Amino acid sequence: MIVGIVGYGAYIPRLRIKIADIARVWGHDADSYRVGLGIEEKAVPSLDEDTTTIAVEAARNAMKRAREVGPKEVGAVFVGSESHPYAVKPTAATVAEALGLTPNLTAVDTEFACKAATTAMQACLGLVKAGYIGYGISIGADTAQGAPGDALEYTAAAGGAAYVIGSGDGVIGEIEGTHSYTKDVPDFWRRDGAPYPRHAGRFTGEPAYFEHVISCTKALLEKLGTTPGDYDYVVFHQPNSKFPLRAARTLGFEESKLRAGLIVGRIGNTYSGSSLLGLAAVLDVARPGERVLLTSYGSGAGSDSFSIRVTDAIDSKRELAPPVMYYVERCEFIDYSTYARHRKLFRER
Amino acid sequence: MSASGVPRHWRSMRERYRLLGTYCENCNSTFFPPRKICPRCRRRGRTKQVEFSGRGRVFSYTVINVGSETFEEYTPYVVGLVELEEGPRVMSQIVECKPEDVRIGMEVEACFRKLFEQKDGGIISYGFKFRPVDNSWADYYKKLSAERRAEAAESTK
Amino acid sequence: MPLRREVAIISAGATQFGEHWDKGLKDLVWEVGVKAVEEAGISGRDIEYIVFGNMSGGMFEGQEHVGALVADFLGLNPIPATRVEAACASGGVAFFHGYMAVASGMYDLVVVGGVEKMTDVEPGRATEILSAAMDYEWEAYFGTTFPGVYALMARRYMHEYGLKPETLAKVAVKNHYHGSLNPLAHFRNRITEEDVLSSPIVADPLRRNDCCPVSDGAACLILAPLDVARKYTDTPIVVKAVAQASDTLSLLERRDICTLDATVNAARRAFARAKLERGDVDLVEVHDCFTIAEILALEDLGFCAKGEAYKLYEEGQTYVGGKIPVNTDGGLKAGGHAVGATGVKQIVEIVRQLRGEAEGGRQVDGAEVGLAHNVGGSGATAVVTLLSRR
Repeated sequence: MIVGIVGYGAYIPRLRIKIADIARVWGHDADSYRVGLGIEEKAVPSLDEDTTTIAVEAARNAMKRAREVGPKEVGAVFVGSESHPYAVKPTAATVAEALGLTPNLTAVDTEFACKAATTAMQACLGLVKAGYIGYGISIGADTAQGAPGDALEYTAAAGGAAYVIGSGDGVIGEIEGTHSYTKDVPDFWRRDGAPYPRHAGRFTGEPAYFEHVISCTKALLEKLGTTPGDYDYVVFHQPNSKFPLRAARTLGFEESKLRAGLIVGRIGNTYSGSSLLGLAAVLDVARPGERVLLTSYGSGAGSDSFSIRVTDAIDSKRELAPPVMYYVERCEFIDYSTYARHRKLFRER
Repeated sequence: MSASGVPRHWRSMRERYRLLGTYCENCNSTFFPPRKICPRCRRRGRTKQVEFSGRGRVFSYTVINVGSETFEEYTPYVVGLVELEEGPRVMSQIVECKPEDVRIGMEVEACFRKLFEQKDGGIISYGFKFRPVDNSWADYYKKLSAERRAEAAESTK
Repeated sequence: MPLRREVAIISAGATQFGEHWDKGLKDLVWEVGVKAVEEAGISGRDIEYIVFGNMSGGMFEGQEHVGALVADFLGLNPIPATRVEAACASGGVAFFHGYMAVASGMYDLVVVGGVEKMTDVEPGRATEILSAAMDYEWEAYFGTTFPGVYALMARRYMHEYGLKPETLAKVAVKNHYHGSLNPLAHFRNRITEEDVLSSPIVADPLRRNDCCPVSDGAACLILAPLDVARKYTDTPIVVKAVAQASDTLSLLERRDICTLDATVNAARRAFARAKLERGDVDLVEVHDCFTIAEILALEDLGFCAKGEAYKLYEEGQTYVGGKIPVNTDGGLKAGGHAVGATGVKQIVEIVRQLRGEAEGGRQVDGAEVGLAHNVGGSGATAVVTLLSRR
C-alpha cells in the first residue's frame, strides 16, 4: 500500500527582526553576518505565541488539507521541538485536545535538536505501515533562543510545520524510503536548566552538519538505487543559507533544485520546523510525479533522509490551506528593544 | 508543591481550545457560554455540543492599557466582543493587527494562543483569540498557476 | 403585594472615602456605626437586625464573615448580622434587605450599612479582584478588566449614537465640581475637560479621568417604621420604594450592550410602587463607576430617551441648580467608590439633601424627592430607591 503524506500545514509568526538591527545593538559588522549567513531577517513569536500555539496552527492547516481524515481517525500526535513550553507535560497532549482528537490516541513529545520532528515522522510511518494506526500527525515547531550577542542570536527563529501521515488515495507525497544516520557528536547542546544553548563554533560544520547530512543522503540514495538526477527538489535542514548549498553541491544536486525549499533567508532557523517548512514550501509548488529528497539534521548528532514522490492527489489538496510563502511575506518588523521584551531578555521582577 | 485553581482552569479548557457552545434542538438556538440546560426551553430543551467555525465580526472592542495582575505583562492588547457567524457573542483578544486598525464590523477568525502563565512556575493557560480574516493567501496559488502556464507556454515554443 | 408598613430612615452617615492607611475594616465600621447610633439617639440594644454590604473582604483583606465582624466590633452581639454581596451593588442590595426586614414587620430598628477596604493591595491585584464582578470564566479570563467592559459598552455606544469623548469629559468635570463642595469626597479638586481628555488611556476610549478610584470607606443608615420615626428624628425620610432587578452576568448575552435592562426594570418597578413620575424627582445619585455609566443611567432610569443624555450635559443641566442635578456629592468618580459602601453612601447623600443639610453650596433648593441608583458589575444587578421628605 502507498504510505506517506496525506496533508501538510505551515505556520510562521508574523513578527520579524532584521539581522542588521541585531548587529547594530552589539556593535557587530552587520554585512558579515547578513552575507555570511545568507539571512536578512528572522521570525519572532508574539508574547502570546509559543511552540504549542505554533504547533496547533500548523496542525490545523495540515488537517484542512488532509480533508478525508476525521479527528477520531488520528491515532497518534507527535510534537518535535527543543523549546517545549513545559519540561515535563507533553505539548502533544495539548495539541491533541486543541484539534479535538482526544481521547483514543497516543501523544508523544520528541527531542533531537532540529530533527525531532522528522524522527517523529518515521515513527508515524512505522505505526501506519504496521496497521496500528490509520493516521498520525508529526509536527515540528520551535521558538528558538540564542544567547544575546551570540552568533546563534542571529539565526534562532520561530515557526513550525505539520504532516499528517497515512495511506490510500489521499496520499499526496508517497514516502518511498527513509534512512537515519546517528553518531555522538557534541556540536551544539543545552544543559538542563540552562537558558541558552552552547555550540562549538566551526566544529558544527564539517564533522557535524555535513558529515551527517551527506552520509545519510548517500546511504538513502544507495538503498533506493536512485541518484541526485532522479530528484526535482532537494530540501536540507537550514541553519543558514550557506550550509544547504554546500551540501547540495557536494552531493551533486543542482543548485536550482534547492531554491523552492530554501526559505531560511527570510525567516531564520526555525529548528525543528526548519527542514519541514522547506518541504512544505516545495509541496506548495511541486507537480504530480515530481520527487523530493529531504534530509534533516539534529545536533548531537543525526540526520533523517526521506525520498518522497508527489502524487496526483496534490492538486486537489494544496489550495485548502495557506502556502508557506504567505506566512513568509505577511510580516511586521520590530526593533531590538521590542524584540528583547518579547524574548524576555530582561531579568524578571 | 501545589498550584492554585488548576481544576478550574481545566474545566472549561476544551471549550476554550475549540470554541465549543451549545445547540438546542428544541428551539433551534445556539448558545455561548456552553450551558447544561437551554435557557429558553429549560426542561423541554434537547441540548448538544456544537463547535463554532470561529468566524465572526467585531461587535465592539477596547484597547487595554492597564491590565490586571495576570495580564500586566501583555499590555497594550485589544479585547473585543466578537459576534460569531452562528449568532452568539464571545469576548477575547484581537491579535495580529495594530490596535488602531481594529474596526467595528471587521471580519475575524479564531486562532489558538496563550492566554497567560501562572506565576511561580504554575500552569500555562491557552485558548481562543481572534485575528483579522486575510484571504489574500489564495492569491499565491493564482500567481503560481499563472507562472506555470507561462512556463508551459515558453517550453512549447 | 401590599407591604405591612411604611419605612423611614432616621439617621444617616458616612466616613470620608479615600486612602485610609490607618483604618482597617473594623475601624471604618466602628466610625460609621457609632455615628449613626448617636445621631438617632438610640441605644445599641434597641437595634434588632444588621445588614451590611461588602463585595470582597475575602480577596482584599483575607476577611470573610463580615456580618459577624460588624456586629462584634460595634459591640452589638447577639444581634443578628448579615453580609450581602452583589459586587458594586452590595450596598443597594443590603439596603433593600434592611428595608424588607422593617416593611414586613419582622424587625423595627434595623441598621443598614456598607464597607470596603481596597487600598491594602497593589493596583494590579485590585483590578483583578474587581474583575470578579464580571463573568470570571468568559470575560476576565481572556484579559478584560472592569474598565475594559465599560469601554466595550462606550465604544459601541459611540458607534451607535455618535457620542463624543468631550461629553464623557463633561460628566467627570461636573462630578469633580460637586466633589469639591463635599468634605467627605475622595477627590476635592476641580478638573477641566482638558484634564480628562489628556489623562492616560486605561481602556480605550476610557481615560483615567473617566474612571472612579478605588477607595476605603463605610456608610450607615438606620431604618425604622414610619409611624414611630418621629420618636427618633424630626426629619425622617420616607422610603417610597426600593426595587431590584437582574440581568446577564456577562456582556455576551445582553440584549443591548448600550442599555442596562436591570436598571430599566428596577426603575419601572420602583416608580410604579412609589406612584411617582420622573418629573417628581429633584435629584439623582447614579452609579457612575465610569463616565459612560452615568450617561447610560440617565437614559435607562427614564429621564431621557436612549442616545439623548448628552443634551443634558451640553446644557449643564446636571449641576446643582440645573434641571436634574446628578451626583451632588461627587458621585463615584469624585466622591469615591468603596464598593460595598457606595449604594448606602448614595442614599446618605439623598437623605442629607432632602433634610436640607447638604453643605458647601451643593444643596438642591427645595429637594422633596430623590432617587438612588446602584449597579453591580456591568449591569447584572441594579437597585433603584426612591426617597421623599413626606
